[in-house]
Amino acid sequence: MSDAIISVRNLHKWYSGVHALKGVTLDFRRGEALGLVGDNGAGKSTLINILSGVHRADKGEIQVEGRPVSIATPRDAMALGIETIYQYNSMVPTMSIARNLFIGREPTRFSVLGVGILDQKKMAEESVRAIANVDLHLRSPDALVGELSGGQRQGVAIARAMHFKSKVMILDEPTNHLSVKETNKVIGFVRGLKEQGVTGVFISHNMHHVFECCDRIVAMARGEIVLDKRIEDTSIDEVHGVL
Amino acid sequence: MKRLFKTYLEKPELAGLILLVLLIALFQVRSHGVFLNQDNLRGILGILPEAGLVAIGVTILMISGEFDLSVGSVFALMPMTMAVLMVHGAPFPLALLAGLLVCAAIGLINGYVTIRFAIPSFITTLGMLFMARSLTVVVSGGFPPLLPADLPNWLFTSFVGPGNMFRMSFLWFAAVAVLTSLMLSRTNFGNWIKATGGFLPAAAAMGIPTARVKVVCFMLCSVLSGFAGMLQVLRLGSPLPSIGEGMELQAVASAVIGGASLAGGIGTVMGGIIGTTLIRVIDNGLVLSHVDANWFKFAIGFLTIFAVVANAWMRKRAKAIKMEG
Ligand SMILES: Nc1ncnc2c1ncn2[C@@H]1O[C@H](COP(=O)(O)OP(=O)(O)OP(=O)(O)O)[C@@H](O)[C@H]1O
Ligand SMILES: [Mg+2]
Repeated sequence: MSDAIISVRNLHKWYSGVHALKGVTLDFRRGEALGLVGDNGAGKSTLINILSGVHRADKGEIQVEGRPVSIATPRDAMALGIETIYQYNSMVPTMSIARNLFIGREPTRFSVLGVGILDQKKMAEESVRAIANVDLHLRSPDALVGELSGGQRQGVAIARAMHFKSKVMILDEPTNHLSVKETNKVIGFVRGLKEQGVTGVFISHNMHHVFECCDRIVAMARGEIVLDKRIEDTSIDEVHGVL
Repeated sequence: MKRLFKTYLEKPELAGLILLVLLIALFQVRSHGVFLNQDNLRGILGILPEAGLVAIGVTILMISGEFDLSVGSVFALMPMTMAVLMVHGAPFPLALLAGLLVCAAIGLINGYVTIRFAIPSFITTLGMLFMARSLTVVVSGGFPPLLPADLPNWLFTSFVGPGNMFRMSFLWFAAVAVLTSLMLSRTNFGNWIKATGGFLPAAAAMGIPTARVKVVCFMLCSVLSGFAGMLQVLRLGSPLPSIGEGMELQAVASAVIGGASLAGGIGTVMGGIIGTTLIRVIDNGLVLSHVDANWFKFAIGFLTIFAVVANAWMRKRAKAIKMEG
């Protein structure tokens, strides 16, 4: 299919005896918000960990924009435009917003062997712009991330992904432990992705949230895909039924 | 007040600095002006670089989220290695290079074992504390070797500056302090160190080579400790195998008094230096004010606990205020 930005074919993953992915084949379409649902241990995180370079598949093929790729590290994934936002581990709380935005991708001057002087002026300017672009209202990019609320942190993580022009943004349970108001904010961010031409993958246990912000729903159970439909062709009850 | 707390969040070494100023004033009064006179200051500044360099290494390593108990033993092993090589005819620069390579290797082993086997660095480096100390005694052959007469003392221990205020070692110390400070605050590598210690999973997910970052910090810590040990041996004129005993804990105390967090991610080179200076000032000030010298360790212990409690309290207050404003 030509409009697939990521295609996975027959992906398998074993964790010392546990067969976590049993031949998953799936196309992530350009500009689409895809909701990935399933019970605990269904293999959702395993699938996206493979796409984001945290784990490697034991078998199967991944194509990005039609080309076969090998994603061995988070860096590889980011270089391909795949950005992942986790529930907890997207931000370093003891560092400022500006520093967090550029972790691992700091703009430098006079760099030797990959190590150089930080371009702090550029970091300050760009972080102000990046935050404003996702409609996040924060006093200053110098505030520590540890002082932000959970929803604001996810907002910064999303701003970061946008800033680095990610093509696919994966959000693994980004709304856990957030208040209703904060959750709505994150859902708003996911909705906003499409306007920016970014493909979204949204993992959640809350079916209402998924139906609120996604175009298509993929349900997994025991390492396999058991349902794959457009939102308008299915219902919360049907999805619950197959899980 | 609000301003003060706000500054504090960015400068964790502030509490230590205030304490340092207060103590200097106190000792100056108690010693009837002897404390800040030229001779006494020369004495303090002459030995500060040795403990200070160790504290810089330990502080940076602590910011990366790890810990090194072997610095005191490396402090002794490096100059002993050099002395033995020089006794066998090696020229000073070659011996220096070999000594530093031994330190780098120890740091590499500390880091590699800690990360490869996922064990606490507390344990790895506790083991290394014993092994490196034992090696020091073994290579010395039981007798401290005699140092050759033609050592480049002019480069490391001679007094320089206005009124011969400093030893050369102080210039080395200042240079290392400035460079490591800039590395931590102004380079991308410094950013990686803080991210690695601040929250490892996030750093790893953002593609930072966290294992390599930590290993480099372990190696830097060992190399600085060994170099500091060499400075002490050149100052004393003899490589005793027992130097640096207990230094590891004083270095940790320095880092913590200077605002570094044992949990990683927080701290500054300046803080480590302030912590070291505080310890040296207390050591010297107690003697000058005719207090029983055995109170020294009590004072350091009290100060360490006090600093951590004060830091925790300030951090909480600062946070509360920032949330409101
Ligand atoms: N690092 C790991 N080591 C061993 N087994 C693992 C690991 N990660 C996941 N598993 C196992 O793989 C299976 C799939 O787990 P996965 O985390 O992908 O599920 P999930 O759909 O994300 O569940 P949840 O909704 O609870 O997050 C589970 O049986 C789990 O126990
Ligand atoms: Mg999961």
